[in-house]
Amino acid sequence: MPKQVKLAAHFPGVNNTTVWSDPRSGSQIDFSSFEHLARTAERGKFDFLFLAEGLRLREHAGKILDSDVVGRPNTTTVLAALSAVTTRLGLAGTLSSTFNEPYEVARQVASIDHLSGGRAAWNVVTSPDAWTGQNFRRGGFLKREDRYRRAEEFLATVRELWDSWAPDALVGDKENGVFARGIGRFVHSGPQFDIHGAFTVPRTPQGQPIVIQAGDSDEGREFAAKTADVIFSRHGSLESGKEFFADVKRRLPAYGREPGELLIMPAATFVLGDTEEDAHEQAREIRYQQVRPATAIQFLEQVWSRDLSAYDADGPLPEIDPDPDAEPLTWGRVRHEKDPLAVAAKWRAIAEEKKLSIRELVIEVTARQQFVGTARQVAESIDEYVQGDAADGFVLVPHLTPGGLDAFVDDVIPQLQERGVFRSDYTGDTLREHLFSR
Amino acid sequence: MGSAQQLHLGVALDGAGQHPAAWRVSDVRPSALFTAAHYLAHAKLAEAASLDFVTLDDTLALQPGGEEVVRGRLDALLTFAAIAPVTSGIGLIPTVTTTHTEPFHISTAVASLDFASRGRAGVLAVPSRTEAEVAHFGRRTLPSEVDAEAENAEVVDVIARLWDSWEDGAIIRDEPTGRFIDREKLHYVDFEGRFFSIKGPSITPRPPQGHPVVAVYGDSPYAHGADVVLADEIRGARERFPDAKLLAGLSIVLAETEQAAIERRRALEAYAPFPPGPSFTGTPAGLATELPRLAASNGLDGFHLRPAVLPDDLALFTAETVPALQAAGAFRQAYTGATLRDHLGLGVAANQYAEA
Ligand SMILES: Cc1cc2nc3c(=O)[nH]c(=O)nc-3n(C[C@H](O)[C@H](O)[C@H](O)COP(=O)(O)O)c2cc1C
Repeated sequence: MPKQVKLAAHFPGVNNTTVWSDPRSGSQIDFSSFEHLARTAERGKFDFLFLAEGLRLREHAGKILDSDVVGRPNTTTVLAALSAVTTRLGLAGTLSSTFNEPYEVARQVASIDHLSGGRAAWNVVTSPDAWTGQNFRRGGFLKREDRYRRAEEFLATVRELWDSWAPDALVGDKENGVFARGIGRFVHSGPQFDIHGAFTVPRTPQGQPIVIQAGDSDEGREFAAKTADVIFSRHGSLESGKEFFADVKRRLPAYGREPGELLIMPAATFVLGDTEEDAHEQAREIRYQQVRPATAIQFLEQVWSRDLSAYDADGPLPEIDPDPDAEPLTWGRVRHEKDPLAVAAKWRAIAEEKKLSIRELVIEVTARQQFVGTARQVAESIDEYVQGDAADGFVLVPHLTPGGLDAFVDDVIPQLQERGVFRSDYTGDTLREHLFSR
Repeated sequence: MGSAQQLHLGVALDGAGQHPAAWRVSDVRPSALFTAAHYLAHAKLAEAASLDFVTLDDTLALQPGGEEVVRGRLDALLTFAAIAPVTSGIGLIPTVTTTHTEPFHISTAVASLDFASRGRAGVLAVPSRTEAEVAHFGRRTLPSEVDAEAENAEVVDVIARLWDSWEDGAIIRDEPTGRFIDREKLHYVDFEGRFFSIKGPSITPRPPQGHPVVAVYGDSPYAHGADVVLADEIRGARERFPDAKLLAGLSIVLAETEQAAIERRRALEAYAPFPPGPSFTGTPAGLATELPRLAASNGLDGFHLRPAVLPDDLALFTAETVPALQAAGAFRQAYTGATLRDHLGLGVAANQYAEA
């Protein structure tokens, strides 16, 4: 049997991917939008729905960024509500290990696992910055180098709590009056957390809800190799996907784990057309809608750390160099580029060679459209990536909310099923079963 | 008719009922207390009778007691979130512990419950006063009662500021200028309290009700600030909460005859004493006579009922007490509004940041 494709549906929260100006673009807040995407994903037999998290509104040059989709509801609340309108779909939420406490996260994720009958997943992210910390009691207390130390002990503590009720602790003997016996005791004493007491949630349907990890650094990958069930990565292209896949899977044996125990699921966008040309034409239009002139300038300003508002987005790149010592202009976006002078030099070279304006360059360097083509071609590519070990599956990021997955489910899923690489129906009830039962 | 005072009625859905031995005599399976279906079934009963709201208690520790009582529970807010999309009229007021939970998370979670329920969310803001909870967080010492209540009031204040930090209509999707939001309609709250500070704005737009309904227990002498006050001790409560909707806590043990109700109560007391606090034991019709009288003589707006056993006492209450109250003109025949604020007659919540 060929390797089976795993699929998740990303509900884009705050982002610059969603084409909000499209007449088909609906609310990113109203529950009906979440319900639509979740029901569509479940109709398509997806493994899970995925929610990201951001705990402060992004700012650019000292002001709240107003050009992208902004605003999102609370992650766990949405997932619990979605459990009411779905029956099999996994429900994955991002919760920071920095601005929460293990007892709370353990309790929330375990509660969702009960309420959904075993479909909960937690994406453990490490948010280091004091800027986000300004919205929290604990403030910006965490040094960058400490965040995985906290994350690792945080997760270990959460798992101790999940394990603290024995499977048979809930006795429920009405006759003899024994409701529960020997329950929930835990003691955790470590450098990050020194807590003890009793957990309030009985062992959940999955026992251990699914754990996802999304960090990309060496420490992040090591953390994932040691502890996670799924990695959500940004390495969607064939080459970087293969490299990332090999790198992460190579780390597993050191922790006594098999390659199949950690699934790698990069984020991926897709554009479907009636013909290949049609799909590429649509993809081009989408890129121009995603990268408006103001967005293009803001994007450069992130690297330059200078006010570039005087520049024309349809003109050439600025002559002046980035200011490598300046404070970042943008807050709330993960920065993966570390050396601004090198980045600027690289971009100038690309722009010169391909004769690109600022806007065209930004479109070029942020191109993230992974799968563009007919439904058949997209299914073929996905299969090729998965069989070629560039991924175990994908977290699909539609550019329209909430209807952006409809056509994928209607047209691509049947193609994948025909190829024998995707389930035609759920065979288990829990997310763990969807992801790991053969 | 028409002249009778309209009561507001909420019902507690805790455990298998208010009495510690309720789980032993109820038809409910003990494991059902950890499913959404249990809470949905009881919320639907309350909704069919057009009651104002249901509540669900919570703490960040196990309930006290031994093997013979219900122990363990799911997160109350998430439990109500899991019934929000599949109910349509009933208000949902989960307890949230304000001493340990981040106020920012409370604000967005309650706002999101309001979105998922389309305007039926509330929050019962309760400070924590147990060493057990302190030990679960391991970072603070047990606050005094006065400090815990003061911090509770601070949380209530800041969560409303965060709800207001997006004005209604802040999402503009203005194609010509390329602006998704009008940032003039977003506000930093810059809250600096005695216990914490928060920058804001919220990450969640202003919820459908503007301000979901905030309730507190009014039994502590230090409690203050809320739309709705739930109190067992009603003497002096009206003076202390002149502007809030004041609902008295009342446990109920019902049966078709007075005698049968007393016997039900005795049967429960054979297992364990009845919990402290006001209670009514009698017929549904007797309760319908008693409630308007109690409300009128104590200046109450209504009652927070705690069925001794679920679903038994809730089923009798909705099937018989409510119609009798309706016949007497003391309770609505059906929902007249869509939101919990509508049910409670709370009016539109003003936005503290919007220009008048
Ligand atoms: C694909 C991907 C998705 C992420 N999603 C989130 C998110 O939703 N919320 C968040 O706070 N951080 C998110 N992060 C950030 C990571 O948690 C982490 O803070 C960041 O990648 C820096 O850690 P690193 O140096 O290990 O990569 C994401 C990272 C990646 C690669």
